Amino acid sequence: MEIAQIVGLGLVATVFLLIIRQEKPVLAVVLSLAFAAVIFLFVADKISTIVGVITELSHRAEVNYFFLGTVLKILGIAYLAEFGAAICRDSGEGAVAKKVEFGAKIIIAVLALPIMIAILESLMEIMPR
Amino acid sequence: MNTEIIFTIAGIGILISILGIVLKQAQKEEQAQMLTLAGVVVVLILVVQLLSQLFTVVRTVFNL
Repeated sequence: MEIAQIVGLGLVATVFLLIIRQEKPVLAVVLSLAFAAVIFLFVADKISTIVGVITELSHRAEVNYFFLGTVLKILGIAYLAEFGAAICRDSGEGAVAKKVEFGAKIIIAVLALPIMIAILESLMEIMPR
Repeated sequence: MNTEIIFTIAGIGILISILGIVLKQAQKEEQAQMLTLAGVVVVLILVVQLLSQLFTVVRTVFNL
């Protein structure tokens, strides 16, 4: 019944946030940060299990680990960027959130470049000249 | 699940808002400002530790 814990904690945090936001909006932002971190740390070992299973499957299928590693890195970057951007947007700083997302997109594009090149190369091999 | 930190932060927040109201009623706006600042710093120290833990976990999980 871990979902009950998460939902209950979410509701309690919402009530606290509503109370605190009226007087001290800064502390409300910090509280929502802490809540997001606690929830992620709660499910972190499960995510790590999922990642382990996917890695094991890719080993058995003899997929190049480089590609899976890149996909996992992109997942992590996307999660972190979304985490930061959501907090910024909640505090009314939409512009800062957009910049965070922009930075994450550029980093993800850089990470995805080798995969794109690999796809293009295999395409060139398949295509008749 | 360490939920204590959420309740700690919520408690500090409520305490500080109430003390701030009291100080404002007593015409001590400057002390109220200082109180808010101190509260934010204390809470920020707590959260920065949690965030560093979070970033470490994300880095190990996704091999960043």
